[in-house]
Amino acid sequence: MDEELERDERVFLMVEEVAQYDGALQVSRGLWKKYGDKRISTLPFLRVRILIMWRSGGSGGGLLLFKTGPSLPLFQAGLRPICEFMTFNFSMQAIDQVINSAAKTYYMSAGLQPVPIVFRGPNGASAGVAAQHSQCFAAWYAHCPGLKVVSPWNSEDAKGLLKSAIREDNPVVFLENELMYGVPFEMSEESQSKDFTIPIGKAKVERPGSHVTVVSHSRLVGHCLDAAAVLAKEGIECEVINLRTIRPMDVESIEASVMKTNHLVTVEGGWPQFGVGAEICARIMEGPAFNYLDAPVTRVTGVDIPMPYAKILEDHSVPQIKDIIFSIKKTLNV
Amino acid sequence: MQTVISARTYADFTAQATFEVKKCDTHKLDEAPATEVVMTREEGLQYYRTMQTMRRMELKADQLYKQKIIRGFCHLYDGQEACAVGIEASINLSDHLITAYRAHGYTYTRGGTVKEIMAELTGRRGGIAKGKGGSMHMYCKNFYGGNGIVGAQVPLGAGVALACKHQGRNELCVCLYGDGAANQGQIFETYNMAALWKLPVIFVCENNRYGMGTSVERAAASTDYYKRGEFIPGLRVDGMDVLCVREATRFAAEHCRSGKGPILMELQTYRYHGHSMSDPGVSYRTREEIQEVRSKSDPISMLKDRMLSNNMASVEELKEIDVEVRKEIEDAAQFATTDPEPPLEELCNHIFYNNPPLDVRGTHPWSKLKSVS
Repeated sequence: MDEELERDERVFLMVEEVAQYDGALQVSRGLWKKYGDKRISTLPFLRVRILIMWRSGGSGGGLLLFKTGPSLPLFQAGLRPICEFMTFNFSMQAIDQVINSAAKTYYMSAGLQPVPIVFRGPNGASAGVAAQHSQCFAAWYAHCPGLKVVSPWNSEDAKGLLKSAIREDNPVVFLENELMYGVPFEMSEESQSKDFTIPIGKAKVERPGSHVTVVSHSRLVGHCLDAAAVLAKEGIECEVINLRTIRPMDVESIEASVMKTNHLVTVEGGWPQFGVGAEICARIMEGPAFNYLDAPVTRVTGVDIPMPYAKILEDHSVPQIKDIIFSIKKTLNV
Repeated sequence: MQTVISARTYADFTAQATFEVKKCDTHKLDEAPATEVVMTREEGLQYYRTMQTMRRMELKADQLYKQKIIRGFCHLYDGQEACAVGIEASINLSDHLITAYRAHGYTYTRGGTVKEIMAELTGRRGGIAKGKGGSMHMYCKNFYGGNGIVGAQVPLGAGVALACKHQGRNELCVCLYGDGAANQGQIFETYNMAALWKLPVIFVCENNRYGMGTSVERAAASTDYYKRGEFIPGLRVDGMDVLCVREATRFAAEHCRSGKGPILMELQTYRYHGHSMSDPGVSYRTREEIQEVRSKSDPISMLKDRMLSNNMASVEELKEIDVEVRKEIEDAAQFATTDPEPPLEELCNHIFYNNPPLDVRGTHPWSKLKSVS
């Protein structure tokens, strides 16, 4: 975010509790000190709905998205806001504006009013934060036309995709993961440049393989790679695909892989019904890869319940590495 | 209540005394709560014991959190005890109460035991929510949590009040929120509906001066939270004085029960801990400020001084209560750390009420779990 704030002065960050609290999860630490109040707007911890004020000014209008809470007052003068949600659970209080004001506006105005905004923050299960703070919103947001939904896994993803999201002229929902914030990754020379971007809408094959395609996003990509390492010892070679973007989904990459491996397992943290895995299944069935499947697609998902608090229950509510291994073997019928 | 054995006889102490409390600022009210209030020795001892129990319970939770026995979120209430105790003193258990996530104190005053509360914090089967809710999701009869999303409980509180009115049982709902939530739109929507429909709800803004790390001056265009209800009468109350809170609540409850509709109380209070256990609480306020409140306005000290200087209790007697409270907390902590976690069979239960058992999908299609109501 620092690099993008430097690069384009229309970029503008609105974060809850950023100034003296350094942002609840420290992601925006230091930015307020560097850029000041004009570029970094700190919002009190409110999380209320978004109020939208439509103002037409000068050259075609501005849209003021004013959410008291992670709030986004924006682009009257063509600003490009980045709106941080303390977690995406709180975005539910503001979701009307994300969908009805951000996602649909360019369409409703027939091209008159673009909405270059990024909504970012941690998504999904954390550790011991219970039902109201553990929901995954990938499926909810990816359901809506007009939004782009991105879900990075490692540091390179986070950097490259966020830069692309900020440079993107359309609303992007950027789903981070709290448990990944503290995980270090090696970064290539190339990825350390200020202009390193990763295109939105392209998946990445993290690990090539020939027996089964395993598709995941966010934190669970790591779990899939761990599962693949275990299975490799038994002679099962998994091709692990990191979706990186949920919408638009890179179905072609999945299809190409499935046409090679003939087996598909999807892995996600969210609930099963109408989820990311469900969408992948539908899309595979509708395309050429269907005829290459030797077995039905298996979805590994979170358990279909609100997230419990007690550790033993929480551990059993999300996919574990052993669940992924089990599912892959069942799919391969071994 | 346990009887305290003391060296002096019961007859030595003053049975009751009159105390002066700060006058409440009022908004759209012709009268105000009394400034001269009577407290009996029994009441004093009970308030003392309850506040001390809450204080010790929160401090124990702090300890357990640092030992990683409590995980996730933990928002502690120490410093604000007078609010919970004062409110409960003027309502009945048959009335209703709902608050946000700084809820351990209210869970206790509403009828939860220290044991159940602590076991919930540690995620055990003996917890008040069987370990499934955690710190922010504790419930008991006529206490609707424990709510994690800022401000969301306020419309719910009005709904409970609507049910009270509808059912005609002369009950009311105390609906709490903080200074941070006070600027939210849903609060104002609730004010509007409550006033329109004359709902028996006491809105309580616990103003502890900081919404997470944002001071009220930086958060609110108007910090007169008791006036923010505009057309709803309001009181600004000294939230560090249990008697002031009690008196104001008495006044407010009468207002509601007489059918006049909602009323708003702003309790000016303070929290010693940071927003939650992940907040040291000193990046946005000074240690001196915290120390000053502790030494000049601590609710428990204030009550203790009052009782001692009016000969309503002896130092030894209060110390005995402290010892008993400490023991109760230790026992509860012992239970909370040794009680087993909930059984896996519980995982999927309580999705629906009054529903035939259903199958729940586990993490993969071969995992078929059971859910009963």
